[in-house]
Amino acid sequence: MNMSTGAIEVRIPTILRPYTGGEKVVVADGATLRELIADLGKKFNGLDERIMVDGALLKFINIYVNDEDVRFIGGLELALNPGDKVTILPAVAGGAKTSGAI
Amino acid sequence: MALRIRAELVAALWEHAEREHPIEACGVITGPASEPLPTRHIPMENSAYSPTFYEFESKALLQLYRELDDRDETLAVIYHSHTSTEAYPSRTDIAYAGEPGAHYVLLSTREEIAPRSEFRSFRIIDGVVTEEPVEIIGD
Repeated sequence: MNMSTGAIEVRIPTILRPYTGGEKVVVADGATLRELIADLGKKFNGLDERIMVDGALLKFINIYVNDEDVRFIGGLELALNPGDKVTILPAVAGGAKTSGAI
Repeated sequence: MALRIRAELVAALWEHAEREHPIEACGVITGPASEPLPTRHIPMENSAYSPTFYEFESKALLQLYRELDDRDETLAVIYHSHTSTEAYPSRTDIAYAGEPGAHYVLLSTREEIAPRSEFRSFRIIDGVVTEEPVEIIGD
């Protein structure tokens, strides 16, 4: 059963705002983070693909649920509750490394 | 568009880069969007502690963005050092560049060149790197 969790507020970083018509905060729905991202893709065409590819979170993006980095608290399978606050930020990273996978 | 930056901030970035060498140093300079020059230097912890990679620690990154929001400031400069290569964006830098409005500053602390001789600024937008002049104000 696909339960609705009600509105979850999602903060969108500058680089992804072209997908949301410039909106900084949007509302989406999902019982897990994976469902929430899929819902973002339904509401804002292509947004999900800038966050998740082949079922995995992109390393260029950090996602926080209630200020906790989701990588450390369950990743895409993290259960969401009504009223949770999700923040998406670009990872700020790089460096001289050129060998191996980026 | 050139990067306009105060001389004391350029010196502060070099000091940070030299202190961390051979680990890559990283950080930002922020300022109110309404001001012509960014003024607040925030050195960040490189959570990768690597000579070839840097990453802002995840909690500190969230705090930084929240603070910018609260203070109505923008991320004017994102900088890091290359400790054995030139001050030019690597493939990794380009892949990660997620702030189209920021000046990406690179400093090279490699030993083959004169100290403090390579300080360069770039825009990185949709994978395209454009170098821009650096205009140093005051000294």
